[in-house]
Amino acid sequence: MAADSKSVKMADGAVKSGGSAGQAAKAGTVPTLEVKNLSISFGGLKAVDGFNVVIEKGQLYGLIGPNGAGKTTVFNLLTGVYKPDTGVILLDGKNITGRKTIEINQEGIARTFQNIRLFKELSVLDNVKVGLHNHHKYSTLEGILRLPSFYKVEKEMNERAMELLSVFDLDKECDYKASNLPYGKQRKLEIARALATDPKLLLLDEPAAGMNPNETAELMETIRFVREKFNMTILLIEHDMKLVAGICERLTVLNFGQVLTQGETSEVLNDRRVITAYLGE
Amino acid sequence: MSFLSYFISGVSLGAVYAIIALGYTMVYGIARMLNFAHGDVIMVGSFIIFTVVSTFGLNPFIGIAAGVLACTLLGVTVERIAYRPLREATSLAVLITAIGVSYFLQNVALLIFGSNAHQFTSVVSLPNLVLAGGNLTISSTAIVTIISCIIIMIALTAFINKTKMGQAMLAVSEDRGAASLMGIDVNKTIAVTFAIGSALAAIAGALLCSAYPSLTPYTGSMPGIKAFTAAVFGGIGSIPGALIGGIVLGVIENLSKAYISSQLSDAIVFAVLIIVLLVRPTGILGRKINEKV
Amino acid sequence: MTKNKVRIQNAVTYGMVILFWVVIQVMDKTGHLSSLFKGLLVPLCMYAILAVSLNLTVGILGELSLGHAGFMCLGAFSGAFLTNCLETAVPSVGLRFFMALILGALVAGVFGLLIGIPVLRLKGDYLAIVTLAFGEIIKNLINVLYVGRDSNGFHFSMKDTTSLGMDKETGVVLIKGAQGITGTPRAATFTIGILLLLLTLFIVLNLIHSRTGRAIMSIRDNRIAAESIGINITKYKLMAFSISAALAGMAGVLYAHSLSTLKASSDNFGYNKSILILVFVVLGGLGNMRGSIIAAMLLTALPELLRGLNDYRMLIYAIVLIVMTIFNSSPKAIELRSVVMSKLRGGAKKEVA
Repeated sequence: MAADSKSVKMADGAVKSGGSAGQAAKAGTVPTLEVKNLSISFGGLKAVDGFNVVIEKGQLYGLIGPNGAGKTTVFNLLTGVYKPDTGVILLDGKNITGRKTIEINQEGIARTFQNIRLFKELSVLDNVKVGLHNHHKYSTLEGILRLPSFYKVEKEMNERAMELLSVFDLDKECDYKASNLPYGKQRKLEIARALATDPKLLLLDEPAAGMNPNETAELMETIRFVREKFNMTILLIEHDMKLVAGICERLTVLNFGQVLTQGETSEVLNDRRVITAYLGE
Repeated sequence: MSFLSYFISGVSLGAVYAIIALGYTMVYGIARMLNFAHGDVIMVGSFIIFTVVSTFGLNPFIGIAAGVLACTLLGVTVERIAYRPLREATSLAVLITAIGVSYFLQNVALLIFGSNAHQFTSVVSLPNLVLAGGNLTISSTAIVTIISCIIIMIALTAFINKTKMGQAMLAVSEDRGAASLMGIDVNKTIAVTFAIGSALAAIAGALLCSAYPSLTPYTGSMPGIKAFTAAVFGGIGSIPGALIGGIVLGVIENLSKAYISSQLSDAIVFAVLIIVLLVRPTGILGRKINEKV
Repeated sequence: MTKNKVRIQNAVTYGMVILFWVVIQVMDKTGHLSSLFKGLLVPLCMYAILAVSLNLTVGILGELSLGHAGFMCLGAFSGAFLTNCLETAVPSVGLRFFMALILGALVAGVFGLLIGIPVLRLKGDYLAIVTLAFGEIIKNLINVLYVGRDSNGFHFSMKDTTSLGMDKETGVVLIKGAQGITGTPRAATFTIGILLLLLTLFIVLNLIHSRTGRAIMSIRDNRIAAESIGINITKYKLMAFSISAALAGMAGVLYAHSLSTLKASSDNFGYNKSILILVFVVLGGLGNMRGSIIAAMLLTALPELLRGLNDYRMLIYAIVLIVMTIFNSSPKAIELRSVVMSKLRGGAKKEVA
């Protein structure tokens, strides 16, 4: 219970500072994501222990912490890759705890992966079109027989996919095989594919990993732009503190599976405990 | 009593499967490939023993020695020519070459020995064991087979756990890249694995053909598949798994032949395999592999 | 590939098949076809259909199946059974053959679905051995199946003809265990074979380049990512697997109508047949349907074309198989090829300059 009231207080804080997000969340509105007391252990090891977070609509939220702190495990719990031992996950107030990955995606959570997971043999365009799968439909038989619905829906899909690709400046490469894209663009394509599923919440797992400073700066712009254009709520894991400090409004710090602290970015980054957790005593 | 007799011959058949399965399981564990031609190495070994013993009239032990030697050379040569160039290629490509090697060996044997069955003289010339006042006869071949299997299992386990080469094999099967960084000669280790597997195949051939004496160029094919099934059944990559899988399979096959239907015994063996894999997707002793997200 | 490129590629594939048909027709009319080659025409189509359909499972879905011959066997027997059953009810052989094709595809497809549900959870080599096992089980069960019909209806047995317990006067044995089905009209022609191959291509190519096909290929490329964007893995795996099985069943019906006696023997439907089809798929290129057709036809015709070499032909076949795979897939060979190619290209450029 103590943990619960703490997270509620945090949420209040977010309301007060909401102006900076340009998304004045009114008191009493349902947060996009609310997680209470989430835990999972693997063979006795508590990988995530009593994790709480509240993310308001339109927020850019960061999840940071040293290697092995359990950040990706949180993502895997949120997206149903693992089933939590305890805890509740509410998306727009709806309980999605323990649901299957594909159901959670259809409810509105999409993600990218730490080690890029593209459909390597498919074209850039087709990668995004797979993301559109559940929003633009025709039956398998209509597809095989090439009925008019096939041509109509495929046209819609192509237009929508190209629209998304142009946001990420990938439209010229739409015919490339995904694996032939340079690294930075692969990361962007993964975000575009996730956005194609029309999520309420976008999870980005180390989007800047392996990028040089220029690419990172460009990526920061893209993430900001995505938030504005799609009115997206974003939770991201990142080690690049410049990126975190530059775009995240609020942060949660994980250490050994537990929430070390959470709050506004500048406060959290100046917290002694956070510095100790990263650099050691 | 008849049940016991079927059971014992089942164990003996299973022991042969287990010896063949060792070849599959070691090669799979270390080179990550399905050596579809392994069954045909058995056939080649059997033909060599047949030639030495029946055609030249020499002692069966000389025959077995010649068979083991020839199969060892064959295994190493095949690995060098057909499999090593594909070490870094997809597992499907290696599978297809192995099928090619299988066709090759069968057709070479076909050219030399023809398609008619040859009568294999048993390499075991001991008298059968008669128990319970003549009610239970255990063939000497079955006894020799089971004993050979036990000796091979013990020797192989000792080899892997006690020798440097055995440790190298374990290392390569765990992580080929890391092993090679630690100074282990991966190519040599894989070659030795093939040599051991093929030598065992020759012994298995001698035992198999002593129990089922009709020898053709296709003799090795079905026992090869069954032994592979046994390896998967026990958990591919695991040596005790090969033993358990082989024995269980042999017993099921023999008992269903005796009590259900000789035509359906293969179907029953395969049905048991399917059930086991559905319950334990990596076999009885196989390790579970989780993909990290 | 752009949409237009896909269209051109597909048109080339269809065109190649049609051209093959035309060439054979011309050769036949002008008397350039040996009777040996004529006998090979229906099998050529059959193997091409089998290879294309297996490529859907192996190349597009990315799962290794060694039980394709089992589905072919199911199709062959259910189709031939129907054709023989309806001998009096439907006098037209063509119509019966047509109905048999539909039934054979349906039966194989349903079995594909039933087998796929438990089996497709397994991966890689485990899936391969289980599909092999299923193929062998199907073959063995059909091999001991007896079916007869008399005035009282159908009788089944797994033992022998007498245990069918049929009326002596009106009883007819339709499936005779290991002796199989006899007396199926040999209605399969080369033209029908080509038409079925074109149908198979139509289904498979249109499937691949559609919403469903993209979902299937996304599972092949990255299952976890596909799941994360809401693709129903089980549904699309099963769909690909059962469509592949249904098409193999159709090929089986074609096969059954090209023989006077159909037996569920190891030569016809054993695991070696499944492996043979897999060889076509791998050598033709995973996911490459045109390649599958070419490989299936060449490798089926090769042993026959080598007949002059008598005993050595299968040996040569084996060597061709090994050498081709090494040439196609060995990293060193690929590197060598690219070096040679770039030298050739470089040389060509210099000449132009």
